[in-house]
Amino acid sequence: MDDDIAIKVDGVYKDFKLPHEQSNSLKSLFMNIGKKRRKGYEVQHALKDISFEVKKGEFFGIVGRNGSGKSTLLKIIAEIYRPTKGEVTKSGRLVPFIELGVGFNPELTGRENVYLNGALLGFSKKEVEAMYDDIVAFAELEKFMDQKLKNYSSGMQVRLAFAVAIRANAEIMLIDEVLAVGDADFQRKCFDYFKTLKKQGTTVIFVSHDMESVKEFCDRAILISESVVIHDGDPSDVAQEYNRLFISDKQRKGTDAGRWGDGTAKFTSVRVDGFDSDSEKITIKSTLTGLTNIEGISVGFMLRNIEDKVLFGFNTKEEDVKISHLKKGGAIKVTWTLPNILPNGTFMVDLAASHDGGRTSEWWRDAARFNVTTTKRTRFITNPRAAVSVDEE
Amino acid sequence: MMEKFKQRYRYSLILLHQLVVTDFKLRYQGSTLGYVWSLLRPLFMFVILYLVFGVVFNAGATVPHYPVYLLLGILLWNYFSEVTNNGIQAISSKGDLLRKLNFPKYVIVLAGSISAFINLVINFVVLIAFMAFAGVEVHWHAPLFLLILAEMFVLSIGVAFLLSALYVRFRDIGYVWEIIMQAGFYFTPILYPITLVIERAPFIAQIQMFNPMAQIIQDARYLLITPQTATFEQIFSSGWYRLWPIGVTIAFTILAAWYFRRQSPKFAEEI
Repeated sequence: MDDDIAIKVDGVYKDFKLPHEQSNSLKSLFMNIGKKRRKGYEVQHALKDISFEVKKGEFFGIVGRNGSGKSTLLKIIAEIYRPTKGEVTKSGRLVPFIELGVGFNPELTGRENVYLNGALLGFSKKEVEAMYDDIVAFAELEKFMDQKLKNYSSGMQVRLAFAVAIRANAEIMLIDEVLAVGDADFQRKCFDYFKTLKKQGTTVIFVSHDMESVKEFCDRAILISESVVIHDGDPSDVAQEYNRLFISDKQRKGTDAGRWGDGTAKFTSVRVDGFDSDSEKITIKSTLTGLTNIEGISVGFMLRNIEDKVLFGFNTKEEDVKISHLKKGGAIKVTWTLPNILPNGTFMVDLAASHDGGRTSEWWRDAARFNVTTTKRTRFITNPRAAVSVDEE
Repeated sequence: MMEKFKQRYRYSLILLHQLVVTDFKLRYQGSTLGYVWSLLRPLFMFVILYLVFGVVFNAGATVPHYPVYLLLGILLWNYFSEVTNNGIQAISSKGDLLRKLNFPKYVIVLAGSISAFINLVINFVVLIAFMAFAGVEVHWHAPLFLLILAEMFVLSIGVAFLLSALYVRFRDIGYVWEIIMQAGFYFTPILYPITLVIERAPFIAQIQMFNPMAQIIQDARYLLITPQTATFEQIFSSGWYRLWPIGVTIAFTILAAWYFRRQSPKFAEEI
């Protein structure tokens, strides 16, 4: 291994055997003797052929959806689990735990828990004594240290755990989702701590869902999806790939639950195109098929975002497009083209058709859904491109 | 390499210390009498057993200082029982910790064993008071008792290693061990002097003595209370049978520790 490599993960596989039923009894052991060995378990492949290297002093992110295998990977690095195949080599002392407040006992006082937690980090009683006042001050829990931990609020527990955890002076830190808990004030403390770690040149492996902090702190990141590394590199690329995971099945069918009408006509197809970030125009195509002969038809749509806010809607009548009649078995294709001004997110299309002066042939709420990913970010509900010019006298 | 070894050893010691301290803090939490219970429990057991077997059945008629003789047996058996019963659940009850922290697992079993040992030492204060009260003569060979204690420590921890590792996979072990301990309490000469068995069926007595706990209790009585105790040596007057108790203790503990060590990397996943 090169001198500048802190962790090398080489072809790591991890399988879990999930028993079909409770088979950890002597009975099942005896029952299986003599019998043909029937497989009493299912093999779950949690990690497949994972390889990467982390350089010394690197702030390294591991991201992935729930159940992608990232926590399993962290546990293998921490030597809590053994890989089924492959190996992990490390140079430098590793912090032995991966979560805050490991071993905290609710029946012990805050003070006793500090000593217990400190011991798990490898600090002797004397060493904890020396840093005890600083820990308490950092956690801002001076008045509560002789109370039992079970009487602490969850925020107080996290503060105490964090105050102890940052004392760890390991060369390699493993951090799993610390930011998921705690208020804004606490999160700022976490971020400050990360900055200190970076300054000190500590190697950090950081597992997170929060792409903003991954982008802010990580020098490099990998994305794990369905047990394999699908992206390795720049954190902002990884964050983008991560966001794309949620929309990999890009255009899903909407739901049929929200359809109603008088049965004179129904929508038989709907399709949305051109919502990619590089596309200028979005097209929404729908086909209305007649079930009886109807006249004076109007077809329209509405676009809603995930918060159920209607962004806009159009119909043929308002656009002065006349559709005079539709025969039974006949079809009308309506195509809308509009500028792509959508921000990132999920959008839903509602379709509507009416006839003979306003009677509803069909209203179809949630006829189609689609997801937009764009590099041009906005926090507003639409994302039009504005031309701007500045004249300075 | 040496540095690495030292580091690991240091961590184990720190953990061990903290686990023993925590165990003691938690053990009698919320009870008014606290530590006093660790004295009262064996004492009450002693009083009950003494009334039934000593007074009603007169089992100790032939034994000098039968009450102290009985108490010593009970204390040693209780120690063995505590270490092994704690041992069964030692690993599985720490599942939460095992899944989040990489640490030497044997420390958990060792910590349980040490807390039980401290308990035993406290109980010995009562035993010594009993001995003084009963006027037991202390012999020059009494300090050899420490060797017997060491043997018992090793034997108990060996059993605890095996049980804790097995229990992770086979939960039935808990019930099986409960039955074994119940039978063992009567099969081991705790309540009655083994001479009663020798008179009726010497062969059975020999079988009984193959149980290392029987040998330990008899030797302890011989050394501390009265030389009129039948020890392993006297029951098997000749041959290298005498190597059995110490041999089986060491061999068993090495095997158990080997099995524990082999299984321990899988604990976190299997619990």
